Amino acid sequence: MLTYLARRIAGMFVVMFLVATVVFVIARVVPGDPAAVMMGAAATADDIAALRARLGLDQPLPLQYLMFLRDVLSGNLGDSIFLNRPVLQALGERAELTFFLTLMSVSIAVAIGVPIGIVSAVKRGTATDQGVIGLAMLAASLPSFWVGLTLIQYLAVELRWFPVAGYGPPDASLGERLRHLVLPAIALGLPNSALILRFTRTAMLDVLHEDYVRTARAKGLGQWVVVLKHALRNAMIPILTVVGLTAAILIAGAIVTETVFGLPGVGNLIVSAVLRRDYPVIQGALLIVSGIYVLINLAVDLLYAVADPRVRY
Amino acid sequence: MHVFGFAKRLIATTAIAAAMLAGAMPAEAQNKVINVATIGEPPTLDPVGVTADLVSIITQHIFETLYTFDGSWKLVPLLASAQPTIAADGLTYTIPLRQGVMFHNGKPMTTADVVASLDRWTKVSPRGKQAGAVISGITAKGDAVEITLKERFAPLLPLIAMSNGAAAIVPADMIDGANPLKQFIGTGPYKLIEHKPDQFIRVGKFDAYKSPEGPASGYGGHREAKIDEIRFVPVPNASTRVEGILAGQYQFADSLPADMATRFSGQEAVKGIMVRPFGFPLMIMNSKTGVAANQTLRQAVLAALSPSDMLLAGFGNRAFFETEGSIYPKGTAFYDAASVQGYGAADDKKAAELLKKSGYKGEPIRIMTSMQYDFLYKMSLVAQANLEAAGFKVDLQVLDWATLVQRRADDKAWDAFFTFHTFVPEPSLITFMNPAYPGWWDTADKKAALQAFNTEADPAARARKFAEIQKLFYTEVPTIKVGEFYNLAAQSKKLTGYQPTPWPFFWNVDLAN
Repeated sequence: MLTYLARRIAGMFVVMFLVATVVFVIARVVPGDPAAVMMGAAATADDIAALRARLGLDQPLPLQYLMFLRDVLSGNLGDSIFLNRPVLQALGERAELTFFLTLMSVSIAVAIGVPIGIVSAVKRGTATDQGVIGLAMLAASLPSFWVGLTLIQYLAVELRWFPVAGYGPPDASLGERLRHLVLPAIALGLPNSALILRFTRTAMLDVLHEDYVRTARAKGLGQWVVVLKHALRNAMIPILTVVGLTAAILIAGAIVTETVFGLPGVGNLIVSAVLRRDYPVIQGALLIVSGIYVLINLAVDLLYAVADPRVRY
Repeated sequence: MHVFGFAKRLIATTAIAAAMLAGAMPAEAQNKVINVATIGEPPTLDPVGVTADLVSIITQHIFETLYTFDGSWKLVPLLASAQPTIAADGLTYTIPLRQGVMFHNGKPMTTADVVASLDRWTKVSPRGKQAGAVISGITAKGDAVEITLKERFAPLLPLIAMSNGAAAIVPADMIDGANPLKQFIGTGPYKLIEHKPDQFIRVGKFDAYKSPEGPASGYGGHREAKIDEIRFVPVPNASTRVEGILAGQYQFADSLPADMATRFSGQEAVKGIMVRPFGFPLMIMNSKTGVAANQTLRQAVLAALSPSDMLLAGFGNRAFFETEGSIYPKGTAFYDAASVQGYGAADDKKAAELLKKSGYKGEPIRIMTSMQYDFLYKMSLVAQANLEAAGFKVDLQVLDWATLVQRRADDKAWDAFFTFHTFVPEPSLITFMNPAYPGWWDTADKKAALQAFNTEADPAARARKFAEIQKLFYTEVPTIKVGEFYNLAAQSKKLTGYQPTPWPFFWNVDLAN
C-alpha cells in the first residue's frame, strides 16, 4: 500500500511539472494582450508598451518561464494582473463557493442518479426502465445554461423562493450563502445525474447476473437486500469512478453555470482570466485545479480498496 | 424539573431573539443599501491609468476631478471653486480650489495634492498624456493651481473633467510615481468600504463630504449621498441582470440587450430606461498600411455599406438606434448634418466604380471583429455582405476581444476592425482623433484642421471648425461611423432622483421605503 502510494505521489509531481509547462506555453502562445485589455479603448501603443514593461511581460518567454517555475517551487503562484492580489489569495476567496457548489451538485447528481439507476437495472426492459432511460437522455442533453435560466425564471423571479444570482450580501450567513447555491447546484447536478444514472444501471446489470447474486436469492433473501447489499456493493467501483470524475470536472467545469448565476467561483475566475489574459491566474488556477483533479483520482483509487476488499495495493 | 428547565430556556431564547430583532430593526430601517448590477469586474479601481467605462462608473463615486460636465455637457467646477482665469495669450490657466474639501482619510485637500495628482495624470493617463504634451508646468499659486502651456490647447479642461483616464485628485502621499494606486482615497461623496473581486465593490456614504454649490445638473452642482451604501455587483450575463432586477435582487441594472426592453413593460416595481446619447459603433480603417491605406478604396467601403441594415442587425429594436452620420448626435453643440456626405449611400454601383478607380486587385480586406460584443459581430456580417456585393474580397476574422486589441496595434495585421465609442462631450476625447490610435489618421489636412480646432477657444467657432474636421472625415474616410445607439438600463421604481447618463451615478439618488 505504502509503496503504491509513494509511486503515485512521485507520479503526481511529474504530472504537475508537465501541467505547469503546458499551461504556461498555451497561455502565452494564444494571442492577446492583458495590457491592451486593461488600458481601455483610448490607450495608444506606447501606453500599452509601458504597462507591459511594468508587468514584466516584455521579458523573453524562456526567462518568464524560469521565473514562473522558480515561483511555483517556492509556493508562490504570482500576483494577478487585474485583481491586485496574489493568485493563491484569489483562489482562496473562491474556494468556499466552489467547494460547496461541487459538493451540492454531486450530492444532487448522486441522490438522483444512483437510486434511479438501481431501479432501472432491477426493472430492466420494463416501461419504467425505458421511461427512466428516456428522461436520463433528456436531462443529459439539456444545456446547463438553459436549465439555469429556466430555474431562475420560475423559482427565483416568479416564485421568489431563491435568489437570482450572486453569493449573498457581504454579511450573509453560511446558510444564506448556501441558499444562493441551490439553483446552480440543481442546474449542474441534473445533467450530471443522467451520467451517474447510466453508469449505475450498467454496473448493476453486470453484477445482477453474477453467481453470488443468484446464490443470495436462492438463500431466500429479499429482493432489495440482494440488490442493495450484494449487488450494489460490487457495482460500486465504476459508480465511484464516475462520481469522482464528475466532482473533479465540476471544480473548474461549472463555468457556464457560474456565469449565468453570477457566482464568483473558480470556474468564473479562470474564464475571466482567459478573456483578460491574466497569465498568473490562468497558470496558477489551472495548476491548482489539476492538482486537485489528480488528488481526487488518487482518492478514488484508494476508495476502490474500501468498496471492494479484493482490491489490494 | 425538566419542564421548568425547558420553559426557562425557551423564555431566555425568546427574549434574546426579541432583543436581537429590536436591535436589528431600526438599523435595517435606517440603512439604505442598493445593489447595482454591472457588466463585470473592473480591471482596476485606479481611474487615472485606464479609460474603461466600467472603471469610471464605479470610481466617480470615490474620486473627483477639478471640473465636470453639467446636464448640457458644459464644463462646471467640481473641486475647483470657479471657472479658471485664462491669460490673454491662452497659455496660462489659473484654477481656484474649493476650501475645506476633505479626503476620505480625514485630511484636507491642499494645492500640493492637486499639483501632484495632475502631474501623475500627465504621466499615467492616456488622456493626461495628450494634455501633458502641451503642458509646460503645473504649480501651486496661493489657493489656486496654475497650469502653463507651450501652445494654446482648448481641450485642456474637457480632458481634466473626464471621469475616465481621470485627473482624479488624491492625497499626494498616496502617489508612488507612475505606479497604480494602492489605496483608493478620494474626495467623493462615497468612500470605498470593501472590494471582493467578482463579488462586489462596496462604497459607503462619506459623512465629511463637502458638496459643490449650485443646483444639481448632470455630473455638476449639488451632490448628496442619500443612500448609505452602494454595492456594485458584477453580473456578466445580461439575462441574469434582467432577471435579477425583475426579482428585486438589484435596484439598478446596466447595459441590457435592447431586445429585452419589452420585459419591463407593465412591470409594477421596475422600469426600463433608455440612455441617449450613449454611443456609436465604428469600423476603423487602417490608413497607414495595406490595401485600406488607399483613400479611394476607403471611399468605396463607405459607399458600399448600409448603416441602417448594420444597425438593425446589431440592435434589432429600432427604438434603440438611429442612422446618424454626424459624429455628434442631434442636440449637441458639435452636431452637423451638412458635412456627412457619402454616409449611408449603400450604393454598390458607386462603390464598384470607386473600387476600380482605386486600382484594387482583389486583395482580401482583413476585417477584425469579436463575438464578445454581439452587436459588433452582427454588424460585421452585414458589412461583409455589403462589401462582397460591391466586389471586395473580405477576410472576416472573428477574434476574442483580447486578441483583437492586441492585433490592432500591429499595422501590418489588419485592414479594418469593428469597435464602439461611448459618447464623450469633447471631440478631442474621441479615440480616432488621436493620430497614435490604431487606424493612424494623421494626414496633413487633418493635422491642420485639428490644430485649428484645438487652439480655438470660442464655442461657436469651435463648432464650425469641428464641422470642417467632419467634412474631412467623410473625404478621407479614416473610420466609418455606423450610427448612434442607445443603452438600455433598468431601475427599481423605489429609486428616486436617478438621471440617465452614459456613466450612471447614484449621488442625489434616494431609495423610497
